[in-house]
Amino acid sequence: MAVDMNMNVLIVDDYKTMLRIIRNLLRQLGFENVEEATDGTQALEILKDSGGKFGLIISDWNMEPMTGIELLRHVRADDKLKHIPFIMVTAESKSENVITAKEAGVSNYIVKPFNAATLKSKMVSVLGDF
Amino acid sequence: MAGRKSKTATAEKPKATRKASTKTSAKADVKAGAKADVKRANVKLKALKASGKAAGTGKTKKTPTAQSLAGVRPAKCKTKSSFVSIASGRRSAEIADVYDELERLAAYIDAAKREIAAISPHDVKDEFLLSATDELDAIIEATATATNTIMDSCELVEGVMGDVTDEVGAKLMDATTSIYEACTFQDITGQRIGKVVTALKNIEDRIDALVLALGDELIAPKVKNKTTKPKSEAKTTLTDADLLEGPQLGAKAKSQAEIDDLLASFD
Repeated sequence: MAVDMNMNVLIVDDYKTMLRIIRNLLRQLGFENVEEATDGTQALEILKDSGGKFGLIISDWNMEPMTGIELLRHVRADDKLKHIPFIMVTAESKSENVITAKEAGVSNYIVKPFNAATLKSKMVSVLGDF
Repeated sequence: MAGRKSKTATAEKPKATRKASTKTSAKADVKAGAKADVKRANVKLKALKASGKAAGTGKTKKTPTAQSLAGVRPAKCKTKSSFVSIASGRRSAEIADVYDELERLAAYIDAAKREIAAISPHDVKDEFLLSATDELDAIIEATATATNTIMDSCELVEGVMGDVTDEVGAKLMDATTSIYEACTFQDITGQRIGKVVTALKNIEDRIDALVLALGDELIAPKVKNKTTKPKSEAKTTLTDADLLEGPQLGAKAKSQAEIDDLLASFD
């Protein structure tokens, strides 16, 4: 099944510069419909008000007040949101973090700093080839 | 024999004791001699106490002295109360030892407080730590600004990709992608510096706690020599090293226009 390149992608990071970088990289990969949030709480509000339009969440871990892992748990606990693929993009590279994220239901995990090729390959593994 | 022995013994006793021994029986004589022993022991133990050796008095003969330390007259001592007084004397000696230790400890703490005061914790916090924190925050801000400026330029380049050939467009795309990837350094740098800032803030908190715990002499910040000098004198004593402070932060930084005005004021 072909990936819908018009899908909505929600990116979550407390560094606005990082949001801009990811947005630009996604645009270069062909994804134009990108929305931003600066922490888990804001992201959750956007998701709940979205009417199920998002096809992918790309989130940082270390944010306040709600972290990426907490956002992931909320998403996975919500019947309307739990199907959305969730990629964690974080500088937290300890095994414990990866294991915790996996147990919480993360779809894939990218360690910062990352490149466009890594982002694309992780997206392909989650969404299918594009 | 017993009487002779008694007389011989009384000859060595003080006058008052000797008088008593001649009038009483040998039994009473021995009793009086014991009283004299108690007195002598008392004097001896007082001397020991004065020289700080009182703690070692555990023998029965020295019992009266221990009692005298406790304020009981040796002549009225009875065997049972003697043991009580030994314990009491030992306790007194132990308490004296504890006081000595406490005095040494107090002196040590006092010396430590003076040394910490000499370091001027307020100065460390107000000048060095706050300054370091501000500098690090400025690094984060400067790198973020630079990164955004770089991305502005990249986005402009992306905007004209449609105006060039596909081959050139593809090359421009690769170049801008590499630039975006490189820009992720800002996030990592920011997080690492953020950790250092957090560590500095922890040190600040601990210095505050230390100052609070150690008292008033540390609360008043050290008065600097340069602030006590008249401004004109302070200016003349500036060294080259004083002028090397590096980039100024935020409001402290002068704009080029302000520098130009300052230069113009010399004309």
